[in-house]
Amino acid sequence: MSNQIFVVVEHLKGKIEDITFEMLGKGKEMADASGGELVAVLLGSGAEGMASQLGAASKVIYVDDANLAEYNPQAYCKAVGSVVEANSPKMVLIGNTSMGMDIAGGVSVDLNIPFVAYASGISNDGGTITSALYGGKMNVDSSPSGDGCIVSVISGSFPADAGRVDGSPSVETASADLSGLTIQFKRLIEPEGGDVDITQQEILISVGRGIQSDENLPLAEELAAKLGGAISCSRPIVDSKWLSKTRQVGKSGLKVKPKLYLALGISGAPEHIEGMKDADLIIAVNTDPKAPIFDYAHYGVVQDLFDFIPALSGKL
Amino acid sequence: MNIIVPIKQVPDLVEELEINSDGTDLDREWLKMKLNEFDDHALEEALLMKDDSGATVTAIALDGDDIDKALYAAAAKGADKLVKITGVSGNSTHEAAKAMANAIQGMEYDIIMTGVQSVDDRDGQLAVILAHYLGNSHVSVVTGMQASGGSVTVQKEYGAGMVAEFEASTPIVLGIQAARETPRYVPVAKVRRAQKSSTIEEVAAGDIGVDAGSSVSKMYKPDTGAGAEMIGGSAEDQANKIMELLTQKGIK
Ligand SMILES: Cc1cc2nc3c(=O)[nH]c(=O)nc-3n(C[C@H](O)[C@H](O)[C@H](O)COP(=O)(O)OP(=O)(O)OC[C@H]3O[C@@H](n4cnc5c(N)ncnc54)[C@H](O)[C@@H]3O)c2cc1C
Ligand SMILES: Nc1ncnc2c1ncn2[C@@H]1O[C@H](COP(=O)(O)O)[C@@H](O)[C@H]1O
Repeated sequence: MSNQIFVVVEHLKGKIEDITFEMLGKGKEMADASGGELVAVLLGSGAEGMASQLGAASKVIYVDDANLAEYNPQAYCKAVGSVVEANSPKMVLIGNTSMGMDIAGGVSVDLNIPFVAYASGISNDGGTITSALYGGKMNVDSSPSGDGCIVSVISGSFPADAGRVDGSPSVETASADLSGLTIQFKRLIEPEGGDVDITQQEILISVGRGIQSDENLPLAEELAAKLGGAISCSRPIVDSKWLSKTRQVGKSGLKVKPKLYLALGISGAPEHIEGMKDADLIIAVNTDPKAPIFDYAHYGVVQDLFDFIPALSGKL
Repeated sequence: MNIIVPIKQVPDLVEELEINSDGTDLDREWLKMKLNEFDDHALEEALLMKDDSGATVTAIALDGDDIDKALYAAAAKGADKLVKITGVSGNSTHEAAKAMANAIQGMEYDIIMTGVQSVDDRDGQLAVILAHYLGNSHVSVVTGMQASGGSVTVQKEYGAGMVAEFEASTPIVLGIQAARETPRYVPVAKVRRAQKSSTIEEVAAGDIGVDAGSSVSKMYKPDTGAGAEMIGGSAEDQANKIMELLTQKGIK
């Protein structure tokens, strides 16, 4: 086993995603503390130019292959697996993102190495990993029992700025056997436009499953109108088709940073927190005093939203 | 077309969670369990495909608390076969996936649809791990699919409403995030009838020989409330206080 920390670079449409810089920042801190080396693993086709944004790493291992021109779950699994196998790093950081969720577990099985998911914290020696489980209601500290360990990191756990370093790390090319793929990329479907852009709103009244039914939405809409803001929501509200996807805040929705984020009946699962934790003022209303949203809110109100909304509306 | 849907009971997070005396896991004695919400979506998507093109849907689960009820509920919704895997002791995803791979190896299948994740999978999401034990391909965070012949078009969600589309050949394992329709509801009476009319086939887990690859030293509650200043009183008092705050911050 080498003393390397690997970070798998995630990029879409030519842009490196923030999660990569978050992991590079953390990885750098770990490498510096343990005298190890931080290595970025970049996969793509004609993408080597991106290496100049990966200056936090001392080296970039780059796999160039036509099958990697667009993200492909199977091709990425094979390529990451082959690079990890060839180098036996001490730890591999992969985003706990839509892409990372395809890759991390597969590489763990193929190479028979440990995998710790949902990491929100990692000790600098790599010996203790904190996972946020049970919708953010419990933390679990664990230690990998074997050599090498794949860790999937929850977005927003580490500051991106620490890893956003331009530079000219050395680039080592590697190849992987990507023959026999049974999955092919077809196309990217862009989100529909035309609705209110919640990322541009200063005031968001955000509803979660606590609203119980679409019949209760007008309550929140009236409050939003009185406050001069717009309605946003958690994922289950969109999955129930009560509001459109354009209103969803979080991991698979939009990242928002309004002046006021009023969360009504939202528990604060890590996937939701990713999208709103940087708002200037977060006020959460929830009947459950243990709801994780209160860890991230500036002000907390333990109350039934059906009592709170009319009370607040009445004052506006 | 044969579709297998693995289902799993998870702690209901609306209830208070307590930590066991070792401080390493939940105190499972009084936990209220419910079906993982994403499994409801996986089952719904499978049943919609059955409605469209006559697939056979098998719900499969590892033995555990309240699992029979969950399987009968799947039958009441339209699942054709129910399978329970017995004799798994560990509770890591790797163990669950290996046991499931052993059981599924002897079955006919085109698509396996799991829930995309659950709240307690510390060593990863089952779908991709199962796929690799079976030697199948895999796509996670799936929000739509269309199957025809030996291939399936799969929609996978990225962030910010962006969706990627892939063409894949079967067999394949998919981690389902959301079905195209809101999952159907079954009344308890129908579940009771299903309990009388359907049987659960039991399959032994077989050789497992894998584990989570890590050990837990501590489970603890994050400092709830550490971030927020809590505002007490009646709804009226709280609304007054929030109004003051909004005025003070120049928001209203
Ligand atoms: C890959 C992936 C991506 C995801 N992306 C997102 C995303 O982008 N955005 C997102 O939000 N989620 C996302 N999720 C889902 C996420 O895991 C949670 O399931 C979701 O955030 C929960 O939404 P919620 O808080 O509204 O519901 P719940 O967790 O059910 O919480 C409802 C809350 O309402 C409270 N409540 C109930 N009744 C009342 C009342 N009368 N008054 C006040 N409070 C009440 C309850 O105490 C509870 O805390 C994603 C999941 C996955 C797997
Ligand atoms: N013990 C289990 N029995 C049946 N299905 C499971 C089990 N564990 C995981 N799964 C499936 O995998 C999904 C994701 O679970 P997990 O890997 O625990 O996040 C679940 O929603 C189920 O579809």
